[in-house]
Amino acid sequence: MKSHLSALAIAATLSVSVFALSGALSGTAQAGATFDGVKQKGYVQCGVNLGLYGFSAPDDKGKWSGLDVDMCRAVAAAMFGDAEKVKYTPLSAQQRLPALQSGEIDLLARNTTRTLTRDTANGLNFAPTNYYDGQGFMVSAKLGLKSAKQLNGATVCVLPGTTTEQNVSDYFRANKMTFKPVVIEKNEELNKAFFAGRCDALTSDASQLAAIRAAEVQNPNDYVILPELISKEPLSPAVRQGDEEWMNLVTWAFYTMVQAEEKGLTSETVDAAMTSPDPDVKRLLGVTAGNGKALGVEENWAYAIIKQVGNYAQSYERNVGSGSKLKMPRGQNALYTEGGLMYAPPMK
Amino acid sequence: MTNPVQALNSARVRGWLYQALFLACALAVAWYLVSNTLTNLATRGVATGFGFLHREAGFEIGESLLPYSASDTYLTALVVGLLNTLAVSAAGVVLATVLGVLIGIGRLSSNWMVNRFATLYVETVRNVPLLLQLVVWYTILNRLPSPREALEVLPGIFLSNRGMKFPVLVEHAGHGWILLALFVGIAAAIAVVRYGRRRRETTGKPFPTLPAAIAALLLPPALAFIVTGAPLAFDVPALAGFNFEGGGSVTPEFTALLIGLSVYTAGFIAEIVRSGILAVPHGQTEAGLALGLSPGKILRLVILPQALRVIVPPLTSQYLNLTKNSSLAVAIGYPDLVSVSNTSANQTGQVVEAVAMMMLVYLIISLAISGFMNWYNRRVALVTR
Repeated sequence: MKSHLSALAIAATLSVSVFALSGALSGTAQAGATFDGVKQKGYVQCGVNLGLYGFSAPDDKGKWSGLDVDMCRAVAAAMFGDAEKVKYTPLSAQQRLPALQSGEIDLLARNTTRTLTRDTANGLNFAPTNYYDGQGFMVSAKLGLKSAKQLNGATVCVLPGTTTEQNVSDYFRANKMTFKPVVIEKNEELNKAFFAGRCDALTSDASQLAAIRAAEVQNPNDYVILPELISKEPLSPAVRQGDEEWMNLVTWAFYTMVQAEEKGLTSETVDAAMTSPDPDVKRLLGVTAGNGKALGVEENWAYAIIKQVGNYAQSYERNVGSGSKLKMPRGQNALYTEGGLMYAPPMK
Repeated sequence: MTNPVQALNSARVRGWLYQALFLACALAVAWYLVSNTLTNLATRGVATGFGFLHREAGFEIGESLLPYSASDTYLTALVVGLLNTLAVSAAGVVLATVLGVLIGIGRLSSNWMVNRFATLYVETVRNVPLLLQLVVWYTILNRLPSPREALEVLPGIFLSNRGMKFPVLVEHAGHGWILLALFVGIAAAIAVVRYGRRRRETTGKPFPTLPAAIAALLLPPALAFIVTGAPLAFDVPALAGFNFEGGGSVTPEFTALLIGLSVYTAGFIAEIVRSGILAVPHGQTEAGLALGLSPGKILRLVILPQALRVIVPPLTSQYLNLTKNSSLAVAIGYPDLVSVSNTSANQTGQVVEAVAMMMLVYLIISLAISGFMNWYNRRVALVTR
């Protein structure tokens, strides 16, 4: 997730990082307390986006949904056997890290790119990436393009961000192509210019392109997002450093969804699978006890996740894939068995 | 010899004391701001200094008056941005002045239609925020057809949502000579005008200044053209790939910004021109009529020279406003100084340096415009003999 910086934003970031530092200290002070604290109060306080379609957005009844929201729900299901035991805290890009560091939230699932600085200096721990994003290109379907390599000579609309302009320049230079950028600071103006045909391509994080397409276009098939991603944006849930029990639960809650997809378990078929002879499935669903005890939760923790939230494929297709308006292909987010990066370690 | 307490009662001493105190306070505040910033940046490990100017910029710029690519330095990128700012400001000042003078005279016209239209224009453009006007112009230009369905307004000139494409002359060695001859022509034309004026002043006989000056201006380049035999070959834009290739182009961002700034500032200039003209007593017009001068000549020879004295000082601040308003370019994607500086600041994290440089550059541009206009003002000011 990127945000464009102005002098003001820098000033805000600087002041925020002061809070961040003090927050990090208090976070360390209550080390190990998050797991017990969550168990005691009976719900997970989850930090989410203010509203990013497909990742975390409330509907007209105030019910939150999205890929990141499913992460919160999976953790609640593992902890309490009930995916509904989540309270949401909508956070801006500037607020998100301090909110976690200060203990205001227990889990941050807000399309946050995992970076070295955040993992170390900011005092966070990252659970496995739940969405591999990257800067991409969106073009009109009328152009009939199949690859970003065909964009030589194109005019490209760019939202100025921390590295957006540099990424696109690097990509064209590396492929010995030229382009003309049109750089507009305001999101709406940039989108208007692109859809009016001022540019041949619009570049931003691929998930954002899909969200823009879902919001602005009548027929999403009129615009295609080209397969090439030119930067790495691994969006990952984060917790405070210093509570390994809590970190373990969040980590394996996510892996459960991936493992369920790999084993072909869905929220519909999981009940029938309780009698499966497969030892891996038996261990996963708690028929063979052990995993729950190791994590400090009930043995049916993984069953609750799969039953109430679904496997990763279900969550993906419902929120950002074919079942949603975003229509994002699985791409890097497919299972490793299908050429993607989603891979759950053995759950035993 | 007065004692110190009595000295405090002296107006002179107290004047010095207060000025010294004020200076000390101002210096203390400045010192505090600078040292505080530097300390805070240092404690947060933020890099300071201008070393980044010589690093590779790594980003492309949409339009440039210089050859520029992503492998050039930040300094070059900022110069490209500065030249873009100067280009749109210079063109804007000229266009706004022409438009403003016409509308200003129109507001005083006895023709009802012209008068009402000028009033409507002034009241509308002055009372709608400039940012909105820029967005409107930009949206209109983006509504033009795509390059494949471009409008060919004149042979070789295409209008599309990618801007205006037009043919340009293919370079040839002879063009340098023609350009040189043009300068000779300009010098000759100036000499002719001076001669004409001197002859009129000494002998009282009129001299056909205009035709003679035009002839003096055009003859040398025409001769050079025939002698060098330079070809008149044009590079005409043609569709290729995504867009037109070849020829020259003006982008929608530049056009929208130029139109927006000129139309907006012209509204203010019109009012300045109107008030300047109204400041000249009506008796001057009557005196001109009594001498048998035509209305056009009265305006040109009697009214405007006197009105200029009133017009020039406020006009200067309009020129300054126009230049500074050009920084709204970031809203519609014209790569001006602010846009390029923002990108540089984003990438390097050296916001303080980037903002300081922007402020300094705008200050220098503004002072230069003021300096020029003050010089011009002294020239047109009433000379008392």
